Amino acid sequence: MTAAALDRPATAAPRVRAALQDPPLVRTALIAVALGFVGLFLLLPLVAVFTEALSAGVGAYFAAISEPIARKAIELTLLVAAISVPANAVFGVAAAWAIARFEFRGKRLLVTLIDLPFAVSPVISGLVFVLLFGAQGWFGPWLAAHGVRIIFAVPGIVLATTFITFPFVARELIPLMQEQGAEEEEAALSLGASGWQMFRRVTLPNIRFGLLYGVVLLNARAMGEFGAVSVVSGHIRGVTNTMPLHVEILYNEYQSAAAFAVASLLALLALVTLVAKRALEWRMRRETGS
Amino acid sequence: MASARNRVLPGFGLTLGFAILYLSLLVLLPLSALFLRTASLSLADFAAAVASPRALAAYRLSFGASFAAAAVNAVFGLVLAWVLVRYRFPGRELVDAFVDLPFALPTAVAGITLTTLLAPNGWVGQRLQPLGIEAAYTPLGVTLALTFIGVPFVVRTVQPVLEDLEVEAEEAAASLGAGRLQTFRRVLLPTLWPALVTGSALAFARALGEYGSVVFISGNMPLRTEIVPLLIVTKLEQYDYAGATAIASVMLVASFALLFAINSLQAVGRRRLTGAGSEH
Amino acid sequence: MSVEVRQVWKRFGEFTALRDVSLHVEPGELLALLGPSGSGKTTLLRLVAGLERPDSGSIEFDGEDATSRSVRERRVGFVFQHYALFRHMTVFENVAFGLRVQPRARRGSDEDIRRRVHELLELVQLEGLARRMPTQLSGGQRQRVALARALAVRPRVLLLDEPFGALDARVRRDLRRWLRQLHDELGITSLFVTHDQEEALELADRVVVVNEGRIEQVGAPDEVYRRPATPFVFGFLGEANWLPTNIDGRKGSAGFRPDEIEISRAPLDGRAFAARVQRVQSLGPRAKLELVAESGALVQVELAAERARELALEPGAEVWAAPRELQVFFEDRVAS
Repeated sequence: MTAAALDRPATAAPRVRAALQDPPLVRTALIAVALGFVGLFLLLPLVAVFTEALSAGVGAYFAAISEPIARKAIELTLLVAAISVPANAVFGVAAAWAIARFEFRGKRLLVTLIDLPFAVSPVISGLVFVLLFGAQGWFGPWLAAHGVRIIFAVPGIVLATTFITFPFVARELIPLMQEQGAEEEEAALSLGASGWQMFRRVTLPNIRFGLLYGVVLLNARAMGEFGAVSVVSGHIRGVTNTMPLHVEILYNEYQSAAAFAVASLLALLALVTLVAKRALEWRMRRETGS
Repeated sequence: MASARNRVLPGFGLTLGFAILYLSLLVLLPLSALFLRTASLSLADFAAAVASPRALAAYRLSFGASFAAAAVNAVFGLVLAWVLVRYRFPGRELVDAFVDLPFALPTAVAGITLTTLLAPNGWVGQRLQPLGIEAAYTPLGVTLALTFIGVPFVVRTVQPVLEDLEVEAEEAAASLGAGRLQTFRRVLLPTLWPALVTGSALAFARALGEYGSVVFISGNMPLRTEIVPLLIVTKLEQYDYAGATAIASVMLVASFALLFAINSLQAVGRRRLTGAGSEH
Repeated sequence: MSVEVRQVWKRFGEFTALRDVSLHVEPGELLALLGPSGSGKTTLLRLVAGLERPDSGSIEFDGEDATSRSVRERRVGFVFQHYALFRHMTVFENVAFGLRVQPRARRGSDEDIRRRVHELLELVQLEGLARRMPTQLSGGQRQRVALARALAVRPRVLLLDEPFGALDARVRRDLRRWLRQLHDELGITSLFVTHDQEEALELADRVVVVNEGRIEQVGAPDEVYRRPATPFVFGFLGEANWLPTNIDGRKGSAGFRPDEIEISRAPLDGRAFAARVQRVQSLGPRAKLELVAESGALVQVELAAERARELALEPGAEVWAAPRELQVFFEDRVAS
């Protein structure tokens, strides 16, 4: 499936035999090129986030991230994640169960549909919700009549974020559950377990690391989403600005250090995500390897 | 035997029903709104929006820069994957974990950082200026930003294929007298080819729709450095819903075609590896 | 408990796994479902368990229709080919599982559960391994845990899917003997699936020979071996040679086993035929011969190495061969 590659477990240790060693010169050159590329394109930007954030001093740094509007942005980001992550996790588990354990017509279509948000530009993802719920959208008049605001308000942000991130858990669990097979669950049933007992005692424990992995990725994306949220939020300071949008505002107002200060929090989240991802990959590899 | 397990394992109706409901409400409904809105446009209006000089310039930039970025990532991604899988060196695990950074880092953060670095007074921009290279607010800057976000795609698609390669094939080539470069060209590259193309296609697809990383560095000058996603946002802000929708549907069709191509490529790659038809 | 399978059909898409299969299982007997892969024997076992549903036909337990009952309601003990142990639970928890998921009323105290689990672990000779995880066990040990787990809930029928298929030869033989002993001790009606005819003949009270979704024969091991109902049964239960026959105008095939042939240099009469030795292989105490009969048919012979030496056989030698036992199958009868 598209981008399944991104969730791949980490590389195992290299296993190259003596007859196949590349000449040392080639090896050094390739390693240098690879490290140079990584250093220039990945490490440099990361370091720059933090140096820029602290460029106005530590005091300014803390002022920027504790400033009331910044705090509101942080709260909104956390709220959106708190809603979209569990919702998509439940969907992911349900969809994976249906797809991995049963045969039915249209299964292929369902799987492709689940991949859809990965193919769609974030901006378009936001656009479609504007078309549905915006003032001139399908439901616009109805919503206005009932005093409900979705676009340019928090619900719209939640919807757009949920749309963007909904494949993560499903795509992680489907191959995992297919690989594990249904035998343990059949065994549980044959021993007298009810459907829920089987799910709670056998299915969930078996998929827990895959589930956590998907949740970690989902969370990172939910908190960092920019394009889709930008379209639906209306950029109302203190109300409909998530952290990424707040960063944009600060940057456009030439408050560079403050922008980077808030950005550094997101960068820290990214680093934590990378660490968690690695740790979970390692655990999952250990489980399937033994 | 994985044949019909319906009605023996529980929860089929519940889970499938829920999944379809969720999918319909969250995905199908919104997307159909887009296509229906587009369909309501007259052909003339549609053509005007979709083929205006500004739109055409935006397509050229988006497709061109995405392609260039994907190509760069194809080359360096292959090198990176090779180095990570085949060689041992201090910090290998660290670098391997780090490859995922563009995937974990919010696009806005990447956007402002790259802009700051590539601006005339930025760390990198400073060094490029004497060479007469301007990166910020140019198509070059756009391409560099798109390269950043595409790094993980090629690496992560090629790595598993490299890992699963049968070492015996290379040993056979060596025993028959092939040098390393020959072995690479004749034995390894053909096997890696589908993964390489798939990874590049994924990077291309991602770059095409990218907004946050690019919108800061591009300068967004119409007809020169305006990418398609930005064009859509601008039209929205001007309440030109019709125009925005029209262009969005063109992009969407391109994305779906790409998605389809990528899935087919992956099926080909899977068949090559396992010798069997794809599952599902 | 007796099991009755009546006229069951099962299809998977285009493929028909079982065609009009009927079977009666006596209470307390150990029944083998024997056949090649793809014959439908596992499907039949899973149908009895309730892990598959028949397209038509019925399944009865002790005369009561069980076809519509779920696997959970049937109270069968199922032992999977690859054990299907719960990988995140200890051996103890695996065996206790069936006891723990019972509704509160029937469950019994923790103490009761603990006693029963240890009772079972003792039965399968795995006491002391209660705290281990499945990954820390050998194949044979895992198999025994799977068995203990299935027995914990006192099933009315025990179903085993190629129980020893994934084990190496020595372990397989030991476990075979042990399973028979266990069955004799517990007396539970048991069905097991195997493709190994030696296993079926050694273990079972009765053997059901399955091929291409149909039952070819049901009978005691001796019966299916010595009085096979069809050429397939004959060929599957041991090595077979075939010669075309024509008796009183009826055409057919005669089958005979490689180790039931008399070989001699001098002409023999009766059923004997002339043949030339093509290959001689000496395998320790036995010798194997490949003969070519006048008709051109290849005949495999097995005999004591001593006898082969006596006859001074070598490639090219002309001999006479007389099968001691012939199974004749006429084309007209077999065709039905």
